[in-house]
Amino acid sequence: MDIINLDALAIAESIREGEISAVDATTAFLERIREVEAIVNAYINVSYEEAARRAEMIDAMLAEGRDPGPLAGVPIAVKDLLSTRGFTTTCGSRMLENFVPVYDATVVGRVGEAGMVMLGKANMDEFAMGSSTETSYFGPTRNPWNPDTVPGGSSGGSAAAVSAGEAPWALGSDTGGSIRQPAAMCGIVGMKPTYGLVSRYGLVAFASSLDQVGPMARNVGDCAALLGVIAGHDPMDSTSIPAEKVDYQGRLDGEVRGLKVGVVKEISSRGIDEGVLERFRAAVSKLEGLGMEVGEISLPSFEYALSAYYVIAPAEASSNLARFDGVRYGFRASAEGEDIWEMYDRTRSIGFGSEVKRRIILGTYVLSAGYYDAYYGQARKVRTLIVKEFERAFRTYDVLVSPTTPSVAFRLGEKVDDPLTMYLSDMCTIPVNLAGIPAISLPCGLSEGMPVGFQLMGPALGEATVLNVAYALESELGFDQRPPIGRS
Amino acid sequence: MAISMEEVEHVAKLARLALSGEEKEAMRCQLSDVLEHAHRVSEVDTEGVLPTSHVVPLVNVFREDVVRPSITPFEATGNASWAEEGAFRVPRIL
Amino acid sequence: MEFETVIGLEIHVELSTDSKMFCSCSAGFGGEPNTKTCPVCLGHPGSLPVPNRRAVNDTILLALALNCDITGCSIFHRKNYFYPDMPKNFQISQYDIPISSGGTLEIDMGEYTRTVGITRVHLEEDTGKSVHVGESGRIHGAEYSLEDFNRAGIPLAEIVSEPDLRTPDEARKFMQLLHSTIRYLEISDCKMEEGSLRCDANISVAVDGSMGTKVEIKNMNSFRAMHRALTYEEQRQRRTIRDGGEVVQETRHWDDARGTTSPLRSKEEAFDYRYFPEPDLVPLEPDEAWVRELREGLPELPGDRVRRFVSEYGLSREIAETLTGERALADYFEDAAGKGQDPVAVAKWIAGDLGALLNDAAVTIQSCPVGTGGLSELVELIDGGVISGKMAKDVLKEAFETGNSPRLIVEEKGLTQIADESELDTLVDEVIEENPGAADDMRDGKEQALKFLMGQVMKKTRGKANPKAASDIIRKRLT
Ligand SMILES: [Zn+2]
Repeated sequence: MDIINLDALAIAESIREGEISAVDATTAFLERIREVEAIVNAYINVSYEEAARRAEMIDAMLAEGRDPGPLAGVPIAVKDLLSTRGFTTTCGSRMLENFVPVYDATVVGRVGEAGMVMLGKANMDEFAMGSSTETSYFGPTRNPWNPDTVPGGSSGGSAAAVSAGEAPWALGSDTGGSIRQPAAMCGIVGMKPTYGLVSRYGLVAFASSLDQVGPMARNVGDCAALLGVIAGHDPMDSTSIPAEKVDYQGRLDGEVRGLKVGVVKEISSRGIDEGVLERFRAAVSKLEGLGMEVGEISLPSFEYALSAYYVIAPAEASSNLARFDGVRYGFRASAEGEDIWEMYDRTRSIGFGSEVKRRIILGTYVLSAGYYDAYYGQARKVRTLIVKEFERAFRTYDVLVSPTTPSVAFRLGEKVDDPLTMYLSDMCTIPVNLAGIPAISLPCGLSEGMPVGFQLMGPALGEATVLNVAYALESELGFDQRPPIGRS
Repeated sequence: MAISMEEVEHVAKLARLALSGEEKEAMRCQLSDVLEHAHRVSEVDTEGVLPTSHVVPLVNVFREDVVRPSITPFEATGNASWAEEGAFRVPRIL
Repeated sequence: MEFETVIGLEIHVELSTDSKMFCSCSAGFGGEPNTKTCPVCLGHPGSLPVPNRRAVNDTILLALALNCDITGCSIFHRKNYFYPDMPKNFQISQYDIPISSGGTLEIDMGEYTRTVGITRVHLEEDTGKSVHVGESGRIHGAEYSLEDFNRAGIPLAEIVSEPDLRTPDEARKFMQLLHSTIRYLEISDCKMEEGSLRCDANISVAVDGSMGTKVEIKNMNSFRAMHRALTYEEQRQRRTIRDGGEVVQETRHWDDARGTTSPLRSKEEAFDYRYFPEPDLVPLEPDEAWVRELREGLPELPGDRVRRFVSEYGLSREIAETLTGERALADYFEDAAGKGQDPVAVAKWIAGDLGALLNDAAVTIQSCPVGTGGLSELVELIDGGVISGKMAKDVLKEAFETGNSPRLIVEEKGLTQIADESELDTLVDEVIEENPGAADDMRDGKEQALKFLMGQVMKKTRGKANPKAASDIIRKRLT
């Protein structure tokens, strides 16, 4: 059986039915990792031994008739921004190169309870700051569709791993598009849930009011199933919504007739590559074909979303990253005779890469005396306007749509020295984070031989509807192409 | 929104970053670009608009006052590059 | 030149919750370094704060006791600065929307009272502790420091007063009253020496009505130190102004051993806390029912109790203040006074001899071996003439040591006064017979003779004669 090409739920079923063992599944993916990692570099650390041990344990439990969880033996890749007890968690940074957490992130605990096997920690932009996975201290991840291009970011390792068959699914995190943008560029499905639906406990914070953990998978069904595992209230996270558990996957029926779809004008025309627009429009007409009513809507404040984001996110990040000072954990630059201030300065200057330093400086600047009101104060008001515009739009439309990214995957090194251009690649995904609503990206075809992502957005806690529309569209599009990497 | 070298230096000091001359200059140029874009937020009419800090409609989230076990001293200092007698050792402060 | 001193205080109180402010680690004092820590209070990456309900509750209670308005919707802010005792290099605190504001505390200075404004009471987290290692043992000249985060994250209520205090005496009185108020609420043990009550002061000297320059004083670790530091600083600023100098706006450190303040040198000149709303926490919106319940549950506070003790029991202000300093002591008094004896006498015995006994034995009033019934009994024995005041001292001491009731002690030891007239008549006759010279002097109207004869009566009875009855009989016989 070609295990690495099975989707995650199929693997779960095969193990449950006894067709394959958990060890078979884990071994197949670990072998695939050995085969393609030299090119892709999707992982920072692979848990070869731990994964094998855990798979054996699950097989033993199954043999004894015990229940190791509903997704027993299914392997998973975990973004290296999620705390894993006893297993190095680097956040893609030299600062945490040797950092071994003493606790599991809530979501890591939940995938473990469901019986999954962690294959390793996926590569990412340093502290999730980037849109190409090029700012990782551990080298860039390459796009399995074309190794000369980036996989997107910051969850580029997770996306590339799923795309290249190095994991059936993965956990990512999304602050301004960090799940959806790489999912789009690698031709997979990725979802950012409603802010507060998934616990952030153990997710190393980039911008706390925007960050969400979410599922990345080969198809919408897997994505819904993984969301079902990680979603739900967590008393360790004050911003966690005490909502009822929903069986997202069980509610996928493809019945979308009569639902209203709004195409968001501001992020579906100007600044978007023609090839991307073409695939996007084709997909929109498929939605019409499914019996959905399509209209266009203008959300004028979106023009300012990127600006607001690049004030709010760095501001929060500058504070969140202050804890990395060489005292309690992480990298420390020490020299004879220096005082603590020199130690701080050198530790942080050497431990952080340039994009992280840039955002810390930016965030510190916009919060500093004299600039706070003009930048941070004003950005938070713009955020209010964006929230309100979404609320208004969802009074008319069930879902809103746009391309996920303005272009397909760009070449490595192309934008790395031009932050502003790099930041613009998140223009379609950022408003969603500012409003805290759910959105999914699914592949809608190829342009120039590279995948194009289609973004579906829903109102807060509207995951079930968003997933169902994505599910219907997915079947209608029939996109099932895989990247050429490592294939003979 | 050109940002001055002094501003970069002041902010770097607040953020505890020692930047080389080259880094500072690159930072100054790039930040000026980004800030110019960021400053567009000031074009928006926000008269009477309240700022958003949270998008979750939650208030009064508490834990009860119950003690649970702490981590072990080994775990507490295990990741520190310099621990001594169970404490974190840091260079002189003054 | 007319000087006026202007003082404002900033007080930090560690709330005595069981667990810390934002995590479940023990909030107990001390312990081996870093044994009361977890990912949250060590600021490990990915950890998140969840507020302790009781800490919020107790802060509201304190705010209500200080007559503050409770804010309908308040939020936490992050205060950003680097320091090695700060696990996250920011402190979760409150800024422009604190949980309460606009209160008052009235202090009674004897000749006058002053209503001191309370700007705000807010909630924040404590920092860790640095131990400075080196020859000096202090931060100056230390070779390195050791960081212990057991204290990091303990809930701190911060109380900021308006600059309404005018003398070091007022400042001390304010702190004493605040201290007993907090103790009444049972929300903190308020031990200055353990750092669970800390106080910084802003002091300036206005000249001829125009505002002076504010100086912040830190490191005042007792009421006495605070009083000395403020007195020193008041004099220093006046002298500076009188000598034509200028007071510099700065932070000064009180050196208790030297009895002086000196500028706190800091290598860190860049201060900009970059406050912004804490995104990991949601707003506090204490509903009316919660606030009402707390307000109704407030005990009678020391300031009110002093006033009531004076008016209801006729106590002097000094004795009322002594008795109300601790809630349990005041309760003890009221209970004892309720047993029918003269409250002024009861108060004197509690504030005087009993207080001294408790103090010497380091026993709290709660575990005092002499119950309120026993104390009342003691006063009754004195008032009834059964024992003298002097005898009562010994009886109380014995009751304190043995736990026996005063009446039992008096009976067992046969300490009862001789007040029976016929018995005294016989005794006086004996004394007159044995001391004819003194008896003659007395008949001649020499009052000193009475004292001598009384001494003889007391000697015969080993002090048990009722002095008034005995002297009446002597007078009757010899005049
Ligand atoms: Zn803790």
